[in-house]
Amino acid sequence: MSGYISLTYSDLLLASIFLVINGVLSIWLHLGLERKLAVAAIRMVVQLVLVGLLLKSLFSILSPWLTLLVATFMVLFAGREIWARQEHRLRGVWGFGLGTGAMAFAGAGITLIALTSMISADPWWTPRFALPLLGMVLGNTMTGVSLALDNLHTSVRRERVAIEAQLLLGADRWFALRPVLRRALRAGFMPIINSMAATGIVSLPGMMTGQILSGVDPTEAVKYQLLVMFLIGGATGLGVLLATFGSVWRLTDERHRLRLERLTNVKETP
Amino acid sequence: MLQVTNLSRLMIGPVNFTINDGECVAITGPSGTGKSVLLRAIADLDPNDGSVQTADLERSKTAAPQWRKHVAMLPAESGWWQERVATHFQHPDRMPEKLPTVGLPKDAMAWEVARLSTGEKHRLALLRCLETDPKVLLLDEPTAALDHDTTLQIESLLKQQLANGTSILIVTHDAAQAKRLADRILHLENGTLHEVAA
Repeated sequence: MSGYISLTYSDLLLASIFLVINGVLSIWLHLGLERKLAVAAIRMVVQLVLVGLLLKSLFSILSPWLTLLVATFMVLFAGREIWARQEHRLRGVWGFGLGTGAMAFAGAGITLIALTSMISADPWWTPRFALPLLGMVLGNTMTGVSLALDNLHTSVRRERVAIEAQLLLGADRWFALRPVLRRALRAGFMPIINSMAATGIVSLPGMMTGQILSGVDPTEAVKYQLLVMFLIGGATGLGVLLATFGSVWRLTDERHRLRLERLTNVKETP
Repeated sequence: MLQVTNLSRLMIGPVNFTINDGECVAITGPSGTGKSVLLRAIADLDPNDGSVQTADLERSKTAAPQWRKHVAMLPAESGWWQERVATHFQHPDRMPEKLPTVGLPKDAMAWEVARLSTGEKHRLALLRCLETDPKVLLLDEPTAALDHDTTLQIESLLKQQLANGTSILIVTHDAAQAKRLADRILHLENGTLHEVAA
C-alpha cells in the first residue's frame, strides 16, 4: 500500500512550465489572457500553500475548538456565497439565514453522522477527516441550494400573474406554487444527479484520483468515493428541500397570499 | 350580498359599502387610484384591515381558498400555468355549451394558451372564474380588450348572473357600460368612495 511518491518543489516548477508556455503563447498571439492567467495561477499557489500550512498546524494541534472554529468559518463563507448567487433574495435576516441554515443543517448534520458512525476516527472530530469531508459536502450543498433558491425567486416573480390566478380560483399556496417549486427543486438537484451519473465514466472524481495517486488500493478508493457521493447526494437533497420549502413558506402567508414584497429587487442592497 | 366594513389597504380607505343580492355596483375613478387594489383587498389577496362578509360567510372566519371560491375575483390580466386551455378548468367537459355565451367556438377547450389573443384569454378566464359558482363577483375591467358586440354579449352573461342572485362589483372605465349594468356607481378618488348618480 505504501506506493506514495513525494513530490519535490523542482517537480512543481517543472509542471508550471506548461502554464508559462500558455502565457508566452498568449503574449505572442495577442490573446490578452496572460494577465488573468498569471493572477489566477498566483492566487491558486498562495491560497493552497496557506491552506496547506493551516491544515498542517490544525492537524498537529488537534483542538476540537479550533476545528469547530474553522468549520464555522467554512459554513459562513458558503452561506455568503449562496446569498451572493441569488438575483432576488429574501429580505432581512431570511436572505442569509434561510440558505445558510438549510445548508448548515443538512451539510453539517450529515457530515456529523458520517464522522461519528461510519468513519469512526479517534476522536471523531479529528480535523484530518472532519474538515475535508465537511468541505466536500458543504461545497456541493451550497451549489444546490443557491441554484434552487435563485431559480425559485426568479420564477416566482416572473409567474406572479399565473400563481395569483390559481390562488384566486381557490388553490392553496402549496398547490399554486407547486410548478415553480418543482422547477426549483429540479434545478437544485440537477448538478448532483449529473455528477453521480457521469462519475467513473466521464471523469474520475478528484478525491478518488488523489487517493489512488497516494497509493491506496483502487477498490478502497472507490469505497471512500461512494461514501462521499452518498453523503453529498443526501446533504444536497435535504438542503435543497429545506431551503425551497422554507422560501415558499416565507413568500406566502397563512391567508394564502403571494408576498413578493418580501423579495428584493434586482441590484438592490438590503 | 357583500358587506364591506372599514376596509383599508395602502392609500385606500377605510371604506364601507354593501352590495345586495342581484345588485351590480360599478367602481369608477382615475387610473392609479387603486380600484384594482380595492378588489384585491376584498378577495384577501393582499394584506388589509377591516371586515368583509357575505350572507353565508365572514371572511375572517373562512379559510382564504374557500373565501375566494365564494367571492371570486377576475383580475385585469388573466393568468395561465399550463399549455392547454382545458387543463385550467375543473370541468372542461361542461364548457362546450357555455363557450358560445362568451362568443367563443365550442372547440376552444382544445386550444393552446400560447395562441390565445388577449380578448380570448379574458373571456375564458371569466368562464373559469364562474366555475366555482361564486356568490359575489369582483370584475376588473372584464371587457377592456373586447369589441362592442362581444362586450354586449359578456354583459348579458353578467345580467344572467345577477338574475340568479349573484352580487357584482365591477371596475370599469366605460361610463356607458356602468350605465348599462350598474344599479349604483361608486367613485374612488384619494382613497375614499363616493356614491355618484347612476
